[in-house]
Amino acid sequence: MKKEIGFLLNGERRTIEVSPSEILLEVLRDRLGLNSPKCGCDRGDCGTCSVMINGKTVRSCLVLAIEVEDQEVVTLEGIMQNGLTPLQESFLKHNSFQCGFCAPGVILSTTELLAKNPHPNKEEIQEAIAGNLCRCTGYSPIIDAVVDLVK
Amino acid sequence: MAIENQYEYVKAKNLDEVVGLLQRFKNAVILSGGTDLVELLKTGAVHPDVVIDIKGLDFLKDIRLGNNILWIGAGVTFSELIDSEIINEHFPIIAEMSKTVASVGIRNRATMVGNICSAVPCMDSGPVLSVYKARIITDGQIGERQIPIEQWFVGNRKTALFKNEIVKGISIPVPDKKHSGCFVKLRRYSGEDLAQVNLAILAFDDYSFRITFGAVAPTPVRAMRIERLINRMKLVPELMEKAQQLVEDDIAPITDIRATKEYRLHMAKVMLERGLNAALDRLNGGGPAYGKSVI
Repeated sequence: MKKEIGFLLNGERRTIEVSPSEILLEVLRDRLGLNSPKCGCDRGDCGTCSVMINGKTVRSCLVLAIEVEDQEVVTLEGIMQNGLTPLQESFLKHNSFQCGFCAPGVILSTTELLAKNPHPNKEEIQEAIAGNLCRCTGYSPIIDAVVDLVK
Repeated sequence: MAIENQYEYVKAKNLDEVVGLLQRFKNAVILSGGTDLVELLKTGAVHPDVVIDIKGLDFLKDIRLGNNILWIGAGVTFSELIDSEIINEHFPIIAEMSKTVASVGIRNRATMVGNICSAVPCMDSGPVLSVYKARIITDGQIGERQIPIEQWFVGNRKTALFKNEIVKGISIPVPDKKHSGCFVKLRRYSGEDLAQVNLAILAFDDYSFRITFGAVAPTPVRAMRIERLINRMKLVPELMEKAQQLVEDDIAPITDIRATKEYRLHMAKVMLERGLNAALDRLNGGGPAYGKSVI
């Protein structure tokens, strides 16, 4: 049975009719045109589908769209509404990503970390992005960029 | 992957509504974090006729300490446990364990109650709740039940929960003796892996112990033989060696994709020694900081 739900998406009030079996990731990508969350493993392991619900990163492949009624959802598009953030500038400077598939998830995870802990040490940075798998870089330039930013 | 099975979705407003729905529908499932459930819905391993979302029930979000009993509501996530002052001050082993569960994005959503309801053998909550002698509080048409943790797990992914019941939360008595402890988790790499073996230890100031292994049998295993051997004894190297030998009698690991039976057995012995030493050092005010892996 379909239901119309309303929620805040990147600061904007949106309403959409969803069935209880629809996955948030698929609704964001296929119906609302937001392409930053990506489908990697589709089972919560890889972190490419990360979005924020009420300020916390979640796996949008493991969330039913209907669950976000009256909640606040932010994707990478929402994070950078006013241009690149200092964190993204640092990733650019360090050439942190190659293919970029993991980048939206890594940026969201790190953004969440920095909001909670503005001066994390290397271990804390590694722990924060442990759930974001990157198959290109070996993680070093990603971690270097964050270390450089917060030093 | 889309979910093929169609079901109703209800965001419950109170406990009575949940109990009523559990009674009315033949195949009802409770949704909180969804990190296990949504995957099971996708693969078709569960095909409910109704999904009852309990995230709107604020009273299930409580972490409360009163009358020497800790209460962890069914809606409490691992991230909330890690950030809780009550947990870090009075139950640091719960925080130590919670930090090893999957990754931040999962911990922000996954609940401890969900973990023990899924009851996958490699779950991290089971051994810790075992050494604390937790009770699982359920509700349903037949009323409230309090189930001791040793009766809760009945098999691989099987618990003592009846089909039309909900778990409201977990109650944990504060141990009445001065104590310390340690959670040890063996995994292939640090960050986001399931346990190959895990182990929770409580050490009391009368030198008695509670020791529970996980991921080495269908359910968490309280190592009673080891406890009987070392309780109130000085842990000299010869005794430690005997305790390690008993690991083979207390646990029955299998070979699977994450480790062989032999590796698990060997490492369980190493973990026992390091975990006991860490717990005793912490009891005496030293030892590794909580959250620092000893393996």
